[in-house]
Amino acid sequence: MASTTTFRTFRAGWSRVPLIGWLFGALLAVTLERLVGGPLALAVGLPKIPALFGLDIMLKKPLLIPNAVLYVLLVYGLPMGIATRAGIAPANRLAARLFRLPIVVTTVVYIGFLYAIFHVWAEVNDYRALVLKLTLIAIMFTLSLNVINGYMGEFSCSHPGFMALGAYCASVFSLGLFVDTRFFGTALLPPALGPFLFPVALVLGGLLAAAGALIVAVPSFRTRGDYLAIISLAFLFIVKSLIENLEYVRGPRGLSGQPDWANLPTVFLWTVACIWSINNFVRSTIGKALNAVRDNELAASAMTVNTRRTKIVAFLFSAFWAGIAGGLFAHVLRYVNPSTFGIQNLAEVLAMVYFGGLNSVYGSIVGAVSISLLGEALRPLEIFKWIIIPLLLILVMIFRPTGLIAFKDLDVTSLLRPKQNPGGEV
Amino acid sequence: MVIFLQNMVNALQWGSFYALIALGYSMVYSILMLFNFAHGDIFMVGAYIGFGVSIGLLALSSSGALPMPNWLILVMTILFSMFLTSFVGMIVERVGYRPLRNAPRASAAITGLMIGIILETGNLILMGARRVSFPSLIETATYNVGGVFVTNKKIMIVLVSLLLTLALHQFVRRTKWGMAMRAMAFDFAVVPLMGVPLNTVIALTFAIGSALAAAAGILFGIAYPVLDPYMGILFGWKAFVAAILGGRGSILGATLAGFLLGFTEIFVAMIFPSTLRDLIAYSIILLILTFRPHGFFGEPYSARLRL
Repeated sequence: MASTTTFRTFRAGWSRVPLIGWLFGALLAVTLERLVGGPLALAVGLPKIPALFGLDIMLKKPLLIPNAVLYVLLVYGLPMGIATRAGIAPANRLAARLFRLPIVVTTVVYIGFLYAIFHVWAEVNDYRALVLKLTLIAIMFTLSLNVINGYMGEFSCSHPGFMALGAYCASVFSLGLFVDTRFFGTALLPPALGPFLFPVALVLGGLLAAAGALIVAVPSFRTRGDYLAIISLAFLFIVKSLIENLEYVRGPRGLSGQPDWANLPTVFLWTVACIWSINNFVRSTIGKALNAVRDNELAASAMTVNTRRTKIVAFLFSAFWAGIAGGLFAHVLRYVNPSTFGIQNLAEVLAMVYFGGLNSVYGSIVGAVSISLLGEALRPLEIFKWIIIPLLLILVMIFRPTGLIAFKDLDVTSLLRPKQNPGGEV
Repeated sequence: MVIFLQNMVNALQWGSFYALIALGYSMVYSILMLFNFAHGDIFMVGAYIGFGVSIGLLALSSSGALPMPNWLILVMTILFSMFLTSFVGMIVERVGYRPLRNAPRASAAITGLMIGIILETGNLILMGARRVSFPSLIETATYNVGGVFVTNKKIMIVLVSLLLTLALHQFVRRTKWGMAMRAMAFDFAVVPLMGVPLNTVIALTFAIGSALAAAAGILFGIAYPVLDPYMGILFGWKAFVAAILGGRGSILGATLAGFLLGFTEIFVAMIFPSTLRDLIAYSIILLILTFRPHGFFGEPYSARLRL
């Protein structure tokens, strides 16, 4: 009891730190790590800078756990703690000033800060950059699935299929037009033009995925629940089998050698666009209509909700973003093959959605980040990883059946609001 | 014609695996209104248990302690493994489904999926990554019936699966426990108030479904004697498709749809290149479900079904 109270009073010291304060603190911490991380890691007895907050080292060499914890405390905990606490007043003043600007400008400033943190953090080594990019893509994919499984309340198994469509379409576009390959012939356009047309490739992939979603969306007018789950599952099998049999995209061997266009800023911007548009979508009239269809389709249609239109828009929209995520995924790994998009992938993304929480943008972000990081951190355990993650998820399901952070709106305005009046009174 | 009949025989064998697994899905569904997504992996565990039991019995027999003919070993393997695997099913129910009985069904589906992954991984850890080969318990004898080749194994597989389906049908129709199951499928809320032990009936349902999956696993091991820890995934999902196609919770429907799926897959592979098997088979299923969204024997979609 006493310890809880101590913890509460301890935490209360930071309760008035606005978001911008935390961003400043984090930026300070990662800059510090960039500058003195190497020597510091040596000083606390670690061979090199731990890649993922020390998580990766802890399981590989359990003896180094205290050193890793010390490192994390010194590099992240201490600077962030001190800087945020000390900077409450100026940070709040800054937050208040930013808050008075148009919301778009404010958001752009915050996102710029966030990107700076990611950039500095990922610069330390390539592994970090890769994990970060894959995590961002996982966020997009999880969000797109949450639109169907959470907001619309169906059990869609088809999202890996949408992702595969997007990945292959974008890959064919970029490989066929900008790269000399044995299977697509010589490049048709100068490669220098490529990065500018990369969004076109991704959007084409998204559109193809959306077109594929029609196959699942149309039967959803007449049926729900398990039958729709089967239809979407059949769709997944069909897409996978189709790609395996298409010699044009090299069948089961997969496509490789995609140009290296999916760098961190690109992936980051697309993720921001995805979160922004999905968040607006689910908070719009049609998002509310989606919830109405989930809770009671008959009642929704009695209240003048056009259920067919709602369902089809949701499916197309969700598949579009899954397709974009697929295109980015193909260009980050620079290799795709059909077996990537199978039942295993489905189980993984379902785990992310249900771990994080249904019907919640926050939840999807939390779920995607935590399952991705957990997967990377548990990598040293090899096969035991696939016992621990499922067990964790079962526990989450038993104690919080709708996920950790379910049914919570992402309200940007309240995030950006200063936590203290600029005058200084508490 | 001969080719057709030959494929018919193969399809019967292939379909009987699907039918046996689909029955387990269907039985659980009829009571709990949810699909046991770990079922495909229970099939895999059943095959491995059968492997262990048969190896043990063979060793016992050849050491001279208890000499047995091979057919007796086979029968005992099937019965004993069914018995053991039914406990796996009950444990899965206790851990993964009972705590979530009042939760949204999708959450229970997730625990099922996760238990499946745990079963696969656990098996991989216990048995290693190499594939094991199922001991050949009966000599293959091939009969030539008018140009169609039929092996004794194929006959046995089809007969055993039909026998088990029939036994299940009789059990559900004729016994008191079967009546309890049917009653509970009819009304999940009121029947327990009449003194029917809810948890026991559900556990029994899982046990029976798992026992059938184990039988399917052993029969599969006899026909295709290579086992690997991931063999249950694809089989499980396909049998799940069959269970849906037959109409949820219908024993007859699940059996028929299981055989139908087997026929479709075999005949597609006969006419087209075999790599197109999944593509065409699932396109057919998609079409069937688009025009008949509640399967062959299921009740039409109504607002009453809870989600």
